[in-house]
Amino acid sequence: MSARKREAWDGETGYNFAYLDEQTKRMIRRCILKAVAVPGYQVPFGSREMPLPYGWGTGGIQVTASIIGRDDILKVIDQGSDDTTNAVSIRAFFAKTANVATTEETSKASVIQTRHRIPEQKLRADQILVYQVPNPEPLRFLEPRETECRKVHAYSEYGVMQVKLYEDIARFGRITTAYAYPVRVNDRYIMDPSPIPKFDNPKMDNSSALQLFGAGREKRLYAIPPYTKVDSLDFEDHPFDIETWDEPCGLCGATDSFLDEIILDDQGSRMFACSDSNFCGERRAEGHTGPMTNDPATRIEEGASKNV
Amino acid sequence: MSDDDVLLHVEHVSKYFGQIRACDDVSFDLWPGEVLGIVGESGSGKTTLLNCLAARLVPDSGLISYTNRHGEVSDIFAMSEPERRMLARTDWGFVHQNPRDGLRLDITAGGNIGERLMMVGERHYGNIRHEAETWMNRVELELGRIDSPPRTFSGGMQQRLQIARNLVSGPRLVFMDEPTGGLDVSVQARLLDLLRELVRELQVAVVIVTHDLAVARLLSDRLMVMRHGAVVESGLTDQVLDDPQHAYSQLLVSSILQV
Repeated sequence: MSARKREAWDGETGYNFAYLDEQTKRMIRRCILKAVAVPGYQVPFGSREMPLPYGWGTGGIQVTASIIGRDDILKVIDQGSDDTTNAVSIRAFFAKTANVATTEETSKASVIQTRHRIPEQKLRADQILVYQVPNPEPLRFLEPRETECRKVHAYSEYGVMQVKLYEDIARFGRITTAYAYPVRVNDRYIMDPSPIPKFDNPKMDNSSALQLFGAGREKRLYAIPPYTKVDSLDFEDHPFDIETWDEPCGLCGATDSFLDEIILDDQGSRMFACSDSNFCGERRAEGHTGPMTNDPATRIEEGASKNV
Repeated sequence: MSDDDVLLHVEHVSKYFGQIRACDDVSFDLWPGEVLGIVGESGSGKTTLLNCLAARLVPDSGLISYTNRHGEVSDIFAMSEPERRMLARTDWGFVHQNPRDGLRLDITAGGNIGERLMMVGERHYGNIRHEAETWMNRVELELGRIDSPPRTFSGGMQQRLQIARNLVSGPRLVFMDEPTGGLDVSVQARLLDLLRELVRELQVAVVIVTHDLAVARLLSDRLMVMRHGAVVESGLTDQVLDDPQHAYSQLLVSSILQV
């Protein structure tokens, strides 16, 4: 989708600017301020019903709605891609209710709402990354009692989080937690970074961009302010590491990006391609090629992306 | 021993549940390395007293003070909650009657044993693993089961695992609520044997609640007999069991089945 032409807000859609009413937006902004002031702490907020089902990004969409301004340029990604259902729908939602410009280019966006990925391109200080979070509580599967979870956070009794990693090593010989990999923010709170691959964990550390997390169903907000220390948990003898691939991206040849494995047929052939579609597209535009650039199997995929 | 050595000092502790007097004006001192048995019939307030001592229940009146490793005496209910929780997972242990209350059933045996170590900041997998293996051996659990979740263990094995999980942090005081309840007699005997050995070896003080006088006889140095929330008789175990003074103690001792 190319950048929409911006017009003055005329309210013709029948919605308030960015869908939510002003009081709700103020309430969410107050919670965001608290979340930024206490990095990694889950702030409860009065999550509203949104016109999409829980689990589709109701938390992220409320955060975006309360921070977006008329001059913002919005990018929405889902699993790194700009053209999946979730991303297209949320982008269309804000194009309609806030009449803001949208883009697929990471560098042009001022607000990026994301599900499951952090863009490959390094973010700047004038950008905000909004995460959609299904389950904000990193302790949830170890400690079902909410009262106990809150005490564990309050008193920093985080040894139990280590038990989860211990279990991984005991069962599989290495830490197999690959997404929603727990991090410690600013040497204090343990935080669930939402289901991003652990590949993206290092990008959160000392990031220039403000990172906001919204969980609509669980009614929690949390944040990582710019330039904040974010450590992934590990053991001394089993240090944290990120995923690696034996092959480069089949389309652009990138070796430093998160790759999706794509099954091409029922004969077992497969390819790896960047999950960040914008990153991959820009590299191809710059002339980078991968081993499958001219493969007939990828031609359909290329044609499809041109239509969006 | 001088008064300074007292590990746990209990003074006039009472706990009411509405009209029910579960614990009535209980006072005693516990010294390091001492095993104190609390016996009495069901509903006599043994478990309530134990829960109060372990700070799991707040008594309505009375004082419980604990002397830590550095000789500092503090009222356990005057401490801040994080301090109390820290104490409960380092210096203290609590063995539940039902091991499923004291274990994480989805976590492997090794993880269960290692949890306390990780809680106090151990971040070296190899060390944790080694310690877990050591404790599996000490409580006579097969090393091959270290990566099995406790839900696949028998009752006796679960209970031994729970004991290992508590003792791994080197506690100075362990509370036990009927540790042999619900186990068959041969497993009970083995567990008692193990407990006696560990308690002597580690010089850990124990408050053990039981309704089984044989357990009390085998494990405890001192005995308190409770009835209707009050302590009716206390003294050295052999003294209480061989020469009970209170009518209720006499009844209790005479009720032991002879085979």
